[in-house]
Amino acid sequence: MKKIINQPAAVPEETIEGFIRAYADDFEKVEGVKGIRVRTPKDKVALVIGGGSGHEPMFAMFVGENLADASANGNIFASPDPNTIVQTVRSVERGKGVLLIYGNYAGDNLNFDMAAEILEDFEIESRTVRVWDDVASAPKERITDRRGIAGDVFVLKIAGAATAAGLSLEEAYRVAVKARDNTFSLGVALSGGTIPGEEHPAFTLPDGEIEFGMGVHGEPGVKRMKLIPADQTTDFLLEKLLEDSGIHRGDSVCTLVNGLGSTTLSELCIINRRLAPLLESRGIGIHDMEIGSYITCQEMAGASITLLRLDEELQKYYDMPCWSPYYQKRAKKAK
Amino acid sequence: MKTICTEEMKAMLLFIADRVMESKPMLTEVDSRIGDGDHGIGMETGFRAVKEVLSGEDFDTVNQLFRQTGIAMLNSMGGASGVVFSTMFMGGVKGMQDTSQIDTQAFADMMSRSLEAVQKRGGARRGDKTMVDALEPACAAMSEYQGGDFGEIFCRAAEAAQKGVEETKRYAAKFGRAKSLMERSIGYQDAGATSVWIIFRAAADWCLKKEAEEA
Repeated sequence: MKKIINQPAAVPEETIEGFIRAYADDFEKVEGVKGIRVRTPKDKVALVIGGGSGHEPMFAMFVGENLADASANGNIFASPDPNTIVQTVRSVERGKGVLLIYGNYAGDNLNFDMAAEILEDFEIESRTVRVWDDVASAPKERITDRRGIAGDVFVLKIAGAATAAGLSLEEAYRVAVKARDNTFSLGVALSGGTIPGEEHPAFTLPDGEIEFGMGVHGEPGVKRMKLIPADQTTDFLLEKLLEDSGIHRGDSVCTLVNGLGSTTLSELCIINRRLAPLLESRGIGIHDMEIGSYITCQEMAGASITLLRLDEELQKYYDMPCWSPYYQKRAKKAK
Repeated sequence: MKTICTEEMKAMLLFIADRVMESKPMLTEVDSRIGDGDHGIGMETGFRAVKEVLSGEDFDTVNQLFRQTGIAMLNSMGGASGVVFSTMFMGGVKGMQDTSQIDTQAFADMMSRSLEAVQKRGGARRGDKTMVDALEPACAAMSEYQGGDFGEIFCRAAEAAQKGVEETKRYAAKFGRAKSLMERSIGYQDAGATSVWIIFRAAADWCLKKEAEEA
């Protein structure tokens, strides 16, 4: 795989360095570790996210106003180590505790749990919300086995607003859990991603075939089939999502069509074009629609659809403006 | 070899580090079949850090040596492997009397405590298709062995670990990213278990080489 890199092992660090040079007014690197933090953390509950590198802009670059205060980043597709997490948290925590949000993977769970124990020694209180939105990754009875994918965006968006609004750690945690429990995603993969420096993709799909539910690290999905048109793909994804989530007539949702890295914006827009009338025809209210490649996997081709079911409280936090270089929301225009 | 001193243990750990780093392509290949293919990269990263830390420093005790090995892995690797493999190296020295030389009995006891720490931390049991499937039989083989010879105890541990690796082919994954494969992971060996085998095999080879040199 041809890539514009130097040493493969240096990719995460050099990515952060380049990013910080462009946005130095707002962000700085956490000394000694692969962390990015806002320059001036506010006097509130800290929100720290984290995960493996290579999913950009998530997690590293989802730091910003009314979003995360800092991100702790690991090597490519590997969770950050406990020391990175602890140093990153300490760089933004202001005595009100820290809310830790990350995708539900064995590595992240182990490292963040270990970090939370170390934070106790520093008398920093923490609460953890693991995102498990991928409905394909385990049956509903084993929901805590599900992986976190594009739903990270919505959970983090809501949690960022909740902590910015001055909620206590307990309250912010409650709101973030509610957002997590109402976020559902399902994706389709067209081709596998690569690990920088490795010759071959981490996994492959036969020519002309797609796989529903495939994980962003190539974890096999639920159904493999011949490539079908965008509309049918969208129909399949939404059908499964509605079935799993129980979202129905009268509910109000936010949607995200997320690209996995090499899928173009036009393809994402074509999915969204179908998604909107499908929801409307079922009497499901669309509060907001997002299209973007926010959580990716290097050259992976494919996309996912995420639904966030709103209630009054979640909507209030969802509508709060936020800013980061690659994800932002303006104040909602009155209809 | 009846005992190993701190300096020899350091040479052995450096030998193990080289062996694991050389095994990166093989580990990547094994992991790609049912994981995301990054296990080899993680192990290489961890043992490169171990080499840096160990090469640049002298250690007074075996305890320090294993603790620093673990910390080097923990702070460089990330991922589940980072926590689990660092615990394999530093979990056993916790609470152990400081010593500058160790016999096979004490080493077997240390590894049993490591296994306990790994299981407590990671939550995996035998049959879950993880590195525990190789570490547990290796530790059991070491505890059983009463002959007092390091070359022999590591050979037995490596053999037991290898059998454990073979057994992982029969298991469905319960942990890590291979978990979502469930039954589809059957037939493939676990990458973490494979690393455990490589580590014990390298330890055995180092002892045999050392004994041959001294003979």
